[in-house]
Amino acid sequence: MTAMLRLERVSKSFVMHLQDGKVLPVVSGVSLEVAAGECVVLGGPSGAGKSSILKMIYGNYRCDSGRILVRDRDETVDVASAEPRRIVRLRRTTLGYVSQFLRAIPRVSALDLVVAAARDQGVAADEAEARARGLLGQLNVPERLWSLPPATFSGGEQQRVNIARGFVGDHAVLLLDEPTASLDARNRAAVVDLIQTKKRRGVALIGIFHDEDVRDRVADRIVDVTAFAAAAAA
Amino acid sequence: MPTDEAPLLMARGVTKLYGHRIGCQDVTFDLHAGEVLAVVGESGSGKSTLLSVLSTRAEPSAGRIEYRMRDGVARDLFRLNEAERRLLLRTDWGFVHQDPREGLRMGISAGGNVGERLMAVGERHYGRIRETAIDWLGRVEIDESRIDDTPRAYSGGMRQRLQIARNLVTAPRLVFMDEPTGGLDVSVQARLLDLLRGLVADLGLAAIVVTHDLAVARLLSHRIMVMRHGRVIETGLTDQVLDDPREPYTQLLVASVLT
Repeated sequence: MTAMLRLERVSKSFVMHLQDGKVLPVVSGVSLEVAAGECVVLGGPSGAGKSSILKMIYGNYRCDSGRILVRDRDETVDVASAEPRRIVRLRRTTLGYVSQFLRAIPRVSALDLVVAAARDQGVAADEAEARARGLLGQLNVPERLWSLPPATFSGGEQQRVNIARGFVGDHAVLLLDEPTASLDARNRAAVVDLIQTKKRRGVALIGIFHDEDVRDRVADRIVDVTAFAAAAAA
Repeated sequence: MPTDEAPLLMARGVTKLYGHRIGCQDVTFDLHAGEVLAVVGESGSGKSTLLSVLSTRAEPSAGRIEYRMRDGVARDLFRLNEAERRLLLRTDWGFVHQDPREGLRMGISAGGNVGERLMAVGERHYGRIRETAIDWLGRVEIDESRIDDTPRAYSGGMRQRLQIARNLVTAPRLVFMDEPTGGLDVSVQARLLDLLRGLVADLGLAAIVVTHDLAVARLLSHRIMVMRHGRVIETGLTDQVLDDPREPYTQLLVASVLT
């Protein structure tokens, strides 16, 4: 497989047992590829299943059928069928996920959160700290906040700490779930720069961006998710 | 993990009956080095029974449990001789009880509680024992000045941290935890969880954590097993099971809590 990421006929529905087993179709027959150095943007209206697709690629949601192939150095891992511990390892080495929501950990400072994300991937301590400082600066997180736990930060500040966490490592495949939502123009531009840098380094990116300006600047291709609309059961 | 493909612990068809009542039934799983498994379910689901059997505190009615000893050979846990079993319990395993009074010696000093496990593995040098104890108290955020106090003089959170230090001082490869944050205030729980998370990751520990608290499972574990009526009804990657639960009962559990 030459693509870094390939989805083959992936389908997903939710069965809601608490609502009498109601079936909620999400997507059906999703096939797409992302090459190294490419940024593919998922398009389509809200509710079309864009976010669910990213979550399936990350292994956060299961899929009912199909394969999700991620190249992990010399191996190819099918996220749809891999053992949990293989997915844990894949996330550590290769597969990163950036959302707008920071899961703050009590008592851990913003800087340490970002450093830890790099250290998890085996980046040396000095290098991890240098990268973390660089990214927090680039994302305009005020330096006086770096030593504080982000629980009390504003929404935008937490979001930017989370973006720093997502970009600090060396993941070869990055999933971007609206990382620029609700950022101001200056910070949107900073995120666009980060994405361009990742592309130049050969990272495969797939993401959701509602902001048209950001989308036009980062997207190599737009895949319209409405093509994969699952047949409504009702 | 990648270099070490053989499981550390293998459970096959593990069943524990109390007369006609089912404690746990037909539980099968592998645990690998460095992997943290959460066992969740309501009270009476069998998760504590399972923990007792896995940690050899109770004998299974049926099934087999193997553990890969430090020599790399997998051994049937219920065919070990007494010396081998003691070695496991004292050095290679830890057990963190919900109630620290069960895991600590309440009448001896904090330093003694930590040092005792070291002496059990043959350390005799007082200075080194005390030094190691001080180091471990520091790692669980207990001030050195409290080393000669008994745990009776400690708060609940401190006792739990001391119990953790006592367990980890011998560098175990596998730690069993029974509702480790169970009896603590919410603010104290967060601190303890953060500490546990860091220690488990730094030391590359494998752990089996029994909890009814899904937030604890999410923060600590890689993998989760959901139990009900003594059986495992759903298993998988922790965030997958919690964010996309498949079984009706798991959906109910997840829907019933604020996360």
